[in-house]
Amino acid sequence: MSIGLEDYIFVSVLLFAIGLFGVLLRKNTLVVFMCLELILSASILALVAFSRYHATPANPLMEGNTFVLFIIAIAACEVAVGLAIIVALWRRNLTVDLDQINELKH
Amino acid sequence: MKEFLFYFFATLTLAPAFFTAISRKPVNAAMNMLLAFVGVAGLLGLLETYFLAILQVMVYAGAIVVLFLFIIMLIDAQKSPAPEFIRFVASLAALVIMAFFGFQLVLGPFAAPYPELPAEAPASLARVFGESLFTRYLLPFQLTGFMLLIAMVGVIVISRKPEAEAKGGEQ
Repeated sequence: MSIGLEDYIFVSVLLFAIGLFGVLLRKNTLVVFMCLELILSASILALVAFSRYHATPANPLMEGNTFVLFIIAIAACEVAVGLAIIVALWRRNLTVDLDQINELKH
Repeated sequence: MKEFLFYFFATLTLAPAFFTAISRKPVNAAMNMLLAFVGVAGLLGLLETYFLAILQVMVYAGAIVVLFLFIIMLIDAQKSPAPEFIRFVASLAALVIMAFFGFQLVLGPFAAPYPELPAEAPASLARVFGESLFTRYLLPFQLTGFMLLIAMVGVIVISRKPEAEAKGGEQ
């Protein structure tokens, strides 16, 4: 049995589901953010797999791979800004627990 | 051999990802996330996009995990309490439902036919990326660089202490 596109896509789906599971389960903002990174990795995997399986020498569909390159660059920005926001939150409230950060709710 | 490597890297991705989601200590979660990123890099290597695999290890496993660990150290994140049982069950149910429908969509009887693996992998070399980035995708490439600059400045502004507090509190 050889490994096809569907196996990579299924791994990607499972990784996305596990990331969403973590986002729903955890209350620590940092761990929620880590699970968001896992979701982003799942999308990277799916894009690269589709791009690889649809490539031909005449039409070397680089779009998926270039897309992933930009996703990785933007993810680095996003993590830096997100962690800075978490540090600012902690400095203000001395907690990063999502149950206690509810000023907008009240 | 390729099947074995695929299952190895898939396990290396999914098992640590699950432990990231359920571990209560943030440091354990970060270490498991590192392993999951290495697994994703291995899968990208199996797809013969070696450049992206190396980039994944360098940016995600290198920079991002280190940044997370640094912030965990800075804000002194403690072990979080165990989640309520009903919350755990509900989240697990969401995971199982998503996995089930994902299985039905991707591998089930109604899944669309999938293309065969082409023999050539045009995107395997960094050279191909460079040529495409500096011709067709030059504008997005430059904008990405500009965006990194914006993010850097923004992070400095966000994480700086307010003026009054910095003057009064420190001295």
